Amino acid sequence: MSTLSAPARSAPSKTSTGKAAKPRTSGSWKRRLPLMPALIFTIAVTQLPFLLTVFYSFQSWNLVRPGSRHFVGFGNYLDVFADSQFRGAMLNTVVLTIVCVFISLVLGLAFALLLDRKFLGRGVVRTLLITPFLILPAAGALLWKTTMFHPRFGLLNFVFGGDTDWLSAFPLASVMAQIIWQWTPFMMLLILAGLQSQPKEVLEAASVDGAGRVRTFTAITLPHLSRYLQLATLLGAIYIVNSFDAIFLMTQGGPGTASTNLPYYIYQRAFEGFDIGQSSAMGVIVVILTMIVATFALRLMFRTFAVSGGVK
Amino acid sequence: MTTAIQRKPKRKLGPGALTAATWIVAILFVFPLIWMVLTAFKQESDAFTDPPKLFFTPTLDQFAGVIERGFLPYLGNSAFVTVLSTLLVLLFGVPAAYALSLAPVKGTSNALGFFLSTKMLPIVAAIIPLYVISQNVQLLDNVWALVILYTAMNLPLAIWMMRSFFLEVPTEMIEAARVDGASLPTLLYKVILPVVAPGIAATALICVIFSWTEFFYAVNLTAARAGTVPVFLVGFITSEGLYWAQLSAAALLASLPVMIVGWIAQNHLVRGLSMGAVK
Repeated sequence: MSTLSAPARSAPSKTSTGKAAKPRTSGSWKRRLPLMPALIFTIAVTQLPFLLTVFYSFQSWNLVRPGSRHFVGFGNYLDVFADSQFRGAMLNTVVLTIVCVFISLVLGLAFALLLDRKFLGRGVVRTLLITPFLILPAAGALLWKTTMFHPRFGLLNFVFGGDTDWLSAFPLASVMAQIIWQWTPFMMLLILAGLQSQPKEVLEAASVDGAGRVRTFTAITLPHLSRYLQLATLLGAIYIVNSFDAIFLMTQGGPGTASTNLPYYIYQRAFEGFDIGQSSAMGVIVVILTMIVATFALRLMFRTFAVSGGVK
Repeated sequence: MTTAIQRKPKRKLGPGALTAATWIVAILFVFPLIWMVLTAFKQESDAFTDPPKLFFTPTLDQFAGVIERGFLPYLGNSAFVTVLSTLLVLLFGVPAAYALSLAPVKGTSNALGFFLSTKMLPIVAAIIPLYVISQNVQLLDNVWALVILYTAMNLPLAIWMMRSFFLEVPTEMIEAARVDGASLPTLLYKVILPVVAPGIAATALICVIFSWTEFFYAVNLTAARAGTVPVFLVGFITSEGLYWAQLSAAALLASLPVMIVGWIAQNHLVRGLSMGAVK
């Protein structure tokens, strides 16, 4: 039995690894061999740059002041904590991530439920609904900026009237609308997969027993979907927390810093302010915060995996 | 349509009404895209109108204009980077997924957790060193830098997805092959791969989508020489202000390859996402 965190009871029936209960060192190294290229590659490409970020974060290093590079200890960190723009960007990131994940999850669920029936043109509708996930986010951002949000020629003002400049009046909300539009299909795809994997007998039994649609949904479908919803939340959050395209292309973080999130702010400090030391310190802080949140998320995930492993 | 189906009198709305609602919701939701497609076939003078113009004489001028501006090299870069990084993901990922599913040893869950945790690292936290390193090893504005980074970006998710497909392989098949004395490569390529091929295809598809649409690395680490299609779109705005019709044509051309692949393989997409995740 391996040390998979899934509980022991699930393993013997499922895989043949019961026989590998006492792998001898040589054998286990041979078994690890196929894993090594991926592991070494991933460590080299993802971990080494991050270690360098940590290293840079202890230096005062601004590219526009040549020869200024020197070790400053935690100086950059103190500056970052004192920086109200950083805190603003952090708040924006949290709001943006939570709102976008939640709304696209709810919309995705609604769309998935609409699609989980047989009806005329179902394939076409599904194809339509998937498509925003398939277009370039950069193209999507530009599309929304121009044809939807433009104060004079935009479709939103055409439909609702008025001459609102959406991107300056509601910068964060506008960016979020585009991100939600982009990610709803992804959530829908995942939830649809969950719906389609529901055992039909159970649903029929519920209907025979006279359970209404709402009752069937809350008592059977939602619990069945919970793993899919958690997964959609996790994956969606991973990608949405890193949102950059929409902000870069639609608002440039503005007006002022109203729609600046952490990725965009760090990018600005590094590539427009050329402050390598400070932006590195910000990067490290973001990673630490992400790790804290992710630890909870991962624990949740693993619990889910363990439960499903036990049931199957 | 609504009158034909009255068998379930309990429901107020017939299935026909629900179908109509579904269609309306779907069309409203993708309307920005429909509008983009329409605009791509307009002249600039038809694109900027108040009220917006629904009827116009279609033209292919904008597409010609986009290609004239040097779109094709960017398309070539995107294709190169996407195909190569996806192949590398499979090259590294298939053996790893095998090791983590069918032949796990001590520390397996650590490795799995490690792979997923790399997805949690915000990419922005590594961009500065990546920029400095690329500059030092002459990979700035070089397609190979993107190939390496996209491989690392997609590998963790791919391993998780493929692992779940490998777990579906019937144990008896593997046991039988082992008893027959099949070596690991034989086992992998003759017994396991045929079974997991659809899953691998689904995984590859997801990698293709994420590589093709990636923006952050591409914008920060490439320029004219190695730029991918998102970089073309950015350069497009900054140099010429906004030409909506041509921008729409460019956005459409840039997205079309992945849109087509995604449409064709949408069943794989659904299956791949769910299996990867949940099993």
